[in-house]
Parts: sequence; structure tokens; C-alpha cells
Amino acid sequence: MKKIYKIYLIGVGGQGTIKASTIIGEAAMKQGLNVVMSEVHGMAQRGGTVVTELKIGDAHSPLIEEGSADLLIAFEPAEALKALNKINRQTFVIINSSPIIPFTISLGISEYPEVEEIIKELKKIIKNLLVLNAREIAREAGNIISENMVLLGAGVASPEFPVDKELIIQTMKENLPLASWEVNLRALENGFKKAKELKINLPILN
Amino acid sequence: MKIKEILSVEEGKKLFLLGNEAAVRGALEAGVSVASTYPGTPSSEIGDVFFNLAQEAGIYFEFSANEKVAFEVSTAAAAAGLRSFVFMKHVGLNVAADALMSTVYTGVRGGMIILSADDPSMHSSQNEQDNRIMARLARIPLLEPSNPQEVKDLIKYGLNISEQFEIPLLIRTTTRISHMRGIVNLGKIIAVKKKGFFKKDPSKYVVVPQFVVQMRKRLQEKITQIQKITEETNLNKIIDTGGKELGIISSGAAFNYVIDVVQEMGLKTRILKLAFSYPFPEQTVLDFINTVDKVLIVEEVEPVMEQGVLAILGRYSINKRVYGKLDETLPLMYEFNPDIVSSGIEKMINGKLRERKQLKTNLPLPLRPPVLCPGCPHRPAYYALKRAIRKLRLKEEDIIYSSDIGCYALALQPPYNMADYCICMGSSLGIGSGFAKTTSQRVIAFIGDSTFFHAGMPGLVNAIHHKEKLLLVVMDNRTTGMTGGQPHPGIPIDGQGNPAQEISIEEVARGMGAGLVKTIDPFSLKEAEEVFIEALQFEEVAVIITKHPCAMIINAVGNKKGEKKPGYKINQEKCNCCLLCVNSFTCPAFFVAKDNSVNINSLLCNGCGVCVQVCPKKAIEVIK
Repeated sequence: MKKIYKIYLIGVGGQGTIKASTIIGEAAMKQGLNVVMSEVHGMAQRGGTVVTELKIGDAHSPLIEEGSADLLIAFEPAEALKALNKINRQTFVIINSSPIIPFTISLGISEYPEVEEIIKELKKIIKNLLVLNAREIAREAGNIISENMVLLGAGVASPEFPVDKELIIQTMKENLPLASWEVNLRALENGFKKAKELKINLPILN
Repeated sequence: MKIKEILSVEEGKKLFLLGNEAAVRGALEAGVSVASTYPGTPSSEIGDVFFNLAQEAGIYFEFSANEKVAFEVSTAAAAAGLRSFVFMKHVGLNVAADALMSTVYTGVRGGMIILSADDPSMHSSQNEQDNRIMARLARIPLLEPSNPQEVKDLIKYGLNISEQFEIPLLIRTTTRISHMRGIVNLGKIIAVKKKGFFKKDPSKYVVVPQFVVQMRKRLQEKITQIQKITEETNLNKIIDTGGKELGIISSGAAFNYVIDVVQEMGLKTRILKLAFSYPFPEQTVLDFINTVDKVLIVEEVEPVMEQGVLAILGRYSINKRVYGKLDETLPLMYEFNPDIVSSGIEKMINGKLRERKQLKTNLPLPLRPPVLCPGCPHRPAYYALKRAIRKLRLKEEDIIYSSDIGCYALALQPPYNMADYCICMGSSLGIGSGFAKTTSQRVIAFIGDSTFFHAGMPGLVNAIHHKEKLLLVVMDNRTTGMTGGQPHPGIPIDGQGNPAQEISIEEVARGMGAGLVKTIDPFSLKEAEEVFIEALQFEEVAVIITKHPCAMIINAVGNKKGEKKPGYKINQEKCNCCLLCVNSFTCPAFFVAKDNSVNINSLLCNGCGVCVQVCPKKAIEVIK
């Protein structure tokens, strides 16, 4: 594993980014790794952008230095564009292609680019891009609310991900409601599988 | 992790805790008997955890009416010999400041910790005041943790010092510590003392002039004694990476950036980390300065330690270059991060910054300001009021919307534009009264239920007493919403989940003598509009309470019961795309698809169904 592995998660309030991040962190602790994490609470959660940052390894601050994230998981396509300052061309980037259109668009005070446009743009600047429709995969698993577990599954499937999948699943079980356990597990597995399939077409990491 | 594990997991184990969760574990391990708060980000989760486990732990915990009351409840507990813990956001300490200034004079018998969660960069706050200055103003010893483990440990340590010197201690966290998660090694939870006993001694507890003169002297003696501790404690430590050219003094979250940057850049330096930072350990700092050629101070937000260092250099006539905020090596405002700190160090060493490459895009980035949730009861209240205003043909520039601290201030966004002024908790009424007296504009004040009890009542008394022409809308969503949903005096449960006396806002307003007082359900748009039309024509103080539970509460209760929310869809044959739902009601669940049809995002819709009343074509239907 790299000395410090840095994960940046970005999404919209209500998508469950914090839950997904906490599961990664707790599982890393179980694996005997040091881990620090930063999360956002309060005003920003009311439909605003929500960011969590994780550093696994010998770090004191969870805040990721500019351009140095190893893994970016964008829970929403346009939000990925807001994370460009944290990543570099080598960063492994996972994007949910299901958009959440903010009210500022219909009011005409802000613009939302076409999702295809966003992906085309990201393909130009990032070497390792994985796009999946997490909402659709979650729907197939049983509930769109499990979108976050689909993306977590895809993250776990990424090439240098330092935490064991089994520990992630064990930690999920401890953190998620029992009633929705099967749906969540299916969502994670399907996300994982989808990522593994898609990755075949990716350029080799360097 | 489940919240209860903060109580149930035993000594020797580890948990991945939020700084705020670690604070509760610290209180449990230190035998705190009484905890109190008024919720405020970034401190809110401390109270949420106590709410979940105080009863089981045998601790008395309350959500007090405001921070001053919370402070006083904990002060009394400490005066009665119990250990107490009061916590709040940084601006909450302003509300409690009157009590703070005198409690430091009287002192305590049981240990007392005050935690102030500062919010540099104002992620969820109205200012970024640095309460390390408040520590100096009050002369209260100050601890600054850098991570969740230290939050827990410093609460235990602080309570011992507090008891030893009979003085409360202040712990200053910042957002990046309160909302940082890290691995915390757990210690033993000790038994809680249930009841204290207050030994009378007016010369110690009554702050009349004949006694305070002595108290003031005793306080100074305590501070002098505690300074010896801050000089000797290993909480203030040096990390040596093998150089003596550069010395860095830092504390709190800023220290984390320093140590990470030093390691990343491979810098040879000496770092003095101050965790017990007031009384300022002057000798320790002087000795440290003497071992290095130049000094950099890295601290958030004000140059507090930097001024302390400059004072020491001046007193001892030491000629050494000090870098920090005052010479703009580091920014004078906002929180730091690793990049800001590394830029500062580079600027200092090389006189310039290295070039940084950043990925960029020319695509537009959609704005995503925080909004009222789908299903929020504030939205229909504002919508009905807006319609009443239009019906009465009042002009927007002739109305002043005096808002307050809470979710409802989000009505400042278009298309509502219904928050013109908002400065602090309870200000809607005082500011509203001032405008009513000094302008001919129509004043409409908004206040939440929790904020009403917190600081709104004196303002309302004042407005009624002075016969102001003012419409007060109490947006009663049955919770303290913005901070995540905590109970308050208007709710029949207390901070431990036990039954409590519910205070009726309507009766309070009537008792104060308001001429027109009515409670409405904002989910009935037509009725709400009619009541607002009546209230807007009333010549003195009118109080309209819009009462409907917060969507988050309805969701939480529904989820617990396993209830399924009703779903809504647009009947495209009936919809004429007037866009009233999208552009005027602006529920975030609505969106216009590429084919220009209006749709409802089922992931976001909370099933409140108010939009059905908004649609003139009756095109919004329940999914059966």
C-alpha cells in the first residue's frame, strides 16, 4: 500500500456519502491501519454539496492536499467537476452518472452541463475514469436509496484500494439497518461487479 | 458503529469516533454527572450522543433553553461538587458570556469543562470569532485538542485541573476537530456521583462588590499557579525533525497541517505543539525560541499566540524574525489546510511559491446552495404568506423581512427573497422592532420555535410593550431543525427522552399581551393565506404560529415504523407547464426534463403532497 492513501468523496446532501465514508474508515481501523476522516455537517447538508475526505496511513490531518487524491468517488456527475483541484491525471475516478439537478437551474441562475458532456470532459483530463449509473444499479438491487453502497462497492473494486472487501461488508452490517441489509449488500456487490467489468476497458495504470 | 457503543465498548478497545463523539466518551471516563447544552453546529453531535445514552449512563443531560441557562445549570452542578460539562458553538459562548465571566471569579468545587466549538471559515455560522480570545478575556485556562483522541483525553485531564484549582476550564475545538473522525483508544468508564451538596459560602458564590474584590485576587493567584502547569506539562511538547533553523509553534487543527507538511516536504525543523495554551507558557516558548533561528506561528483564526510570542521577544529584547499572520506569511482569516500551510512555509523559505498545476474545466459548475428540504413546512408557510402579500397589493420594497437563525433563513434564496436581515439568535424581534419604529415599512419577523424560546421571548415582550406594528411568524416545526432535530421547551420530551412539560408558544404570546395570536397548519395553503391576510392588516403585534413537524422528523418516525411515504407524479396530459411548482413553490423534488415536461424526482420527494394544492391544473397525483 502507498504510505498514505487518500480518498475524496463528493456528493449532495442526503445521498449517504458520510455513511459510505465512515464504513471505509471503520473497516480500515479493523484492518489495523491508521485512518483519519473529515466530514461536513449542518447547513451544507440541506441539499448542498457534501464532501468527506479520508486518509489511510500515517497522516494527522484528513484534509487532502491539492491534486493528490488517489481515489475520487463522485456521487453526482457535476459534483465531480468541483473536485478537480483535489485530483491529478493518475487519480482513479468513479462517477455516478445519475444527476441531481439543483433548483438554481430551473430558476435560470445557474447552468447544468449535459451529463455526456461532463463525462467527455473528464475523459480528456483523467486517465482512469469509471462511469456507472449507481441509481439504476441500486434500483435493480431493490432500492435507489442504496446508491451509496453501489458506489462504495465500485470504490472497493478500484485497483489500489487498501481495505479488504470482507471487512467492508462486516462494517456495513454494523452500521446499516438490519431491515435493508440484503438490499444494501446486493447494491455493494453489484457495484463491485460492475466496476470490475468496466475496468477491463481502462488504460493500464502507471 | 452504533451510538450506544460509545458507552458499551470497554477499556482497551478502539472506536472510530467523531471529535464530538469522543467528547462524550471523555465525559464518561471522567465521571461527569451533569451535561448541558443548546445545540449549535459544529458542537451539535455531542448533545445527540448524550440524548441517546445519558439515561443509561446515569448522567443528567439537558437541552437547555439557551447557552446561558445551559452554562448556569452546569455551573450549579459544579458548585455542588459534581463534575459537569457544558458545550456549545462558539457564538453560543457569547450568549453564556455573562455567566462565564463571573463563574471564573466564583470558581467551582467539582470539575467543570466548557467546550466551545469554533467554526473557522463559517461553514455553519454567522462569524468566525476565535474563542481563545474569550479565554484571555475571562481568564479561563484553555485546552486545544488536535484530534478526537485528544478531545477525549483533554476532557479528563481538564476536569482534574479544574477540581485541583477550583476553576472551570475551556476547551476550544474547531470544525475540523469536532467533525474529524479518528481512532480513539478507550479508557475505563467510572461511576457517576448522582447528587451533590451545596455548602453555603456567600463570600465565594455571591458576586457583590464586597466579595468580588477578593475573588478577583484569588483568580489571579490561580492563573499564576496554573501557568506553572502549562510550563511543565507534557501536553505542550516539542517534535524535533532535526533542524534548528526554523521553529514552528502551533496548536489545534493547524498543528495537523504543520506536521503533515513537514513530513511531506522532509523539512528539518522543531515544532512546539501547545495543547494547554492559556495561561500562555512564556518560559517554554522563550526556551523554544532560543533554540531556533526564526519562528513561524501557525494558528487559526486570530494571531493570538503570535502576539504572545512578539511580547516575549520584546520583553527580553530578542531580535528574531517572527513569521505568521501579522506579516501575512499566512492568511489573516478563514481556516487553514495543508496547502495554505505549505504555501506559507515555502514563501518563508524561498520567498516565493512553487508553481502548482491544477486540473481545470471550462464547463459551468451548477450552484447548489442549501435549500429547504422537500416536504419542509416552512416552504408552504412562505408560499401562503407571499400570496397574501400579493393579494393585499403590498410592494416588496415596502416590506422588511426580519429573519432569524435557523433553516427558515434559507428563504433568502430566490424566488422567495424573504430574509432581509439576520444577525444572531432572537434578533428578528429586536431588529424588527427597531425597523417598525424608525421606518414606515411593514415589518414581518420570522423565528423558529427553538429560537423563540432561546432568545425570542424578550424581543417579543419588548415589541408588544412598545406597541410595534409587527407581524411575527413563529415557524414551529416542532424541533431544533438546522442542528439535526433536538427537542426544546415546546416539545413534551427532555434531553434524556423523558416526558417534559410542553410550553405553548400560543399561550406565551397571549400571556405577553399580543393582540392577535393564531396557530395554523401551513399545509392547508388556503387557510394559511386567509389568516396571513388578516394578520397583515392588524395594526399592532400579531403572532401567527405555523405549526407542522419538520420533514426530517416525519421521515425518521416513518422509517422507524417501516411506513412507506406516498409518492406523487405529474399527469402529463393535465400539466400545461405553467411551472408554478418549479419556479414559485420551488420544491427541490421537481425538475424539468429535456423534453420540457415537468417531473418529480422520487428519490427526493418526501410525499408531503402540498404541491397538489399549488397546481392550478390538478395535474399532480398520488401514485397508487
